[in-house]
Order: sequence, then C-alpha cells, then structure tokens
Amino acid sequence: MTPTARATKEKDAVATREVKIVNRLGLHARPAMQFVETANRFLCHVTVHKGKQKVCGKSLMEMMMLAATAGTVLRLEAEGEDAAKCLEALARLVNEKFHED
Amino acid sequence: MHLMDFIRTEAILPDLKATTARGAVEEMVAALVKAKAVAADQHRKVVEAILRREKKGTTGFGNGVAIPHAKHAGVKGVVGIVALSRAGIEFAALDSQPVHLFFLLLSNPDQPEEHLKAMEHIFRSIKNDPLRRFMCQSSSQEELVDLLREADETLK
Repeated sequence: MTPTARATKEKDAVATREVKIVNRLGLHARPAMQFVETANRFLCHVTVHKGKQKVCGKSLMEMMMLAATAGTVLRLEAEGEDAAKCLEALARLVNEKFHED
Repeated sequence: MHLMDFIRTEAILPDLKATTARGAVEEMVAALVKAKAVAADQHRKVVEAILRREKKGTTGFGNGVAIPHAKHAGVKGVVGIVALSRAGIEFAALDSQPVHLFFLLLSNPDQPEEHLKAMEHIFRSIKNDPLRRFMCQSSSQEELVDLLREADETLK
C-alpha cells in the first residue's frame, strides 16, 4: 500500500459519508465486487462501518462479511488525497443500486 | 446462522471427480439431488443457472476457493454443499489459480437476507488461513464436517 501511504502523507484529507443499501438483494457478491473495484481505483484508505463492525472497503472478503441487507446504513470513511472523490463514486454506486433491480 | 445450518453434510464431496467447471457444478448439484435438497428434474436447470451466474462474474474469489451459487425457488432459505478437488479446477478465479475448495449455494429468491448471511459465514471461514488450509487438505467427509463445526464454534 505504498501509494496509499504516500497519498495520506501528502495530504491527510478525511471524508465520511453515510449510505443506505437500497437494492433489494443487498450487498451480495457482485455489488460487493463493484464496490471494491471502485474503491481500488482511488489511493485513499476506505473503511466501511456497519454498526460496530468495521472492515476494509478494498477487500471483497471483508465486505462480504458485512452481510449488508437492503435498508442497511453503512458509514464510509476515506482517508487520503482523493478521499472525497472516492466516497462520491462509492455513494453513487450504492444509490444507483449497483445497476441492478 | 451457522455453516451447519445450511450445509448438507451428507452431500459433502471430499474428492470431486470432475476436471472442468461445468463438470464440478454438475457433480455438486447431483449430490444435492441425492441428498433430496434439489428435485431430480431440476438438476439441469440449477446447473445452468449457476453457470449463467459465473458468466456474469466469477465466484472464484481467490486462494483456491470458489462459491458458485444461484437462486432456486425449490429451496427453503439456503442450501449448500462443500466439495474438494485434489487436482484443482480451472474456474476463471480472480487470482487465476485453480480452485480446490467449493462452497455451492442455492438460495430462495425471496429470502436475499438468508443468502447474505450464508455468504458472510463462508467468507468468515475461508478468510481464516489455517482453517481454509485444513479444509483444502481434508481427505474425508468426516474431516470436513469436523472443520465446519469447528468454524461455527470458533468464528463467532
């Protein structure tokens, strides 16, 4: 994660945002993969909180452990130069129901 | 929910004979038919649904594990099976490695939350390196059942 570490060092921007899972099937494998792929296009660290549970938004395995059903509210936290842009893209993906439904 | 709640232990296949992705899916669904989890006349339909899902994006998530799945109205909640391939099967995995350990899942289309919970438990168990390795090295149904039980007890 050297590029990420570098980005954080350059500018410690932090962004947070709440999103609600709105597609009927919830965050199943394909949406989770889209989420992780999107997150990985950015340099910032991405943490996803579901209640007390906290996982890395760039790891498919961890995202699948959220079992986020329709209606679940997730708190996204990004840290790094492109944090705001990253959360913007992730929130759009979630709000657009991962292009399903 | 526990792994043991949806995995049909009597259908576990510790030594897949298949050498292709389609063959592996057919063999696993056949085991579910034998365990009466799937009606015999639904075998083909279920196999095709699973293969169609794979085309949309592989469920070979890496580390030698794949979780092929499909919706199937004929099941209540979620039904699953575990299968091992000693030789490994080419499954278009994300890390391009052959798949040795399969968790195949069928979920009722009207109960998406049950599917998510089942996936959560599977990912929890395969994320645990020693457990995943032990599962991949199992040589019998009994050993796999013991490991699944252990996963249920320790990974809460």
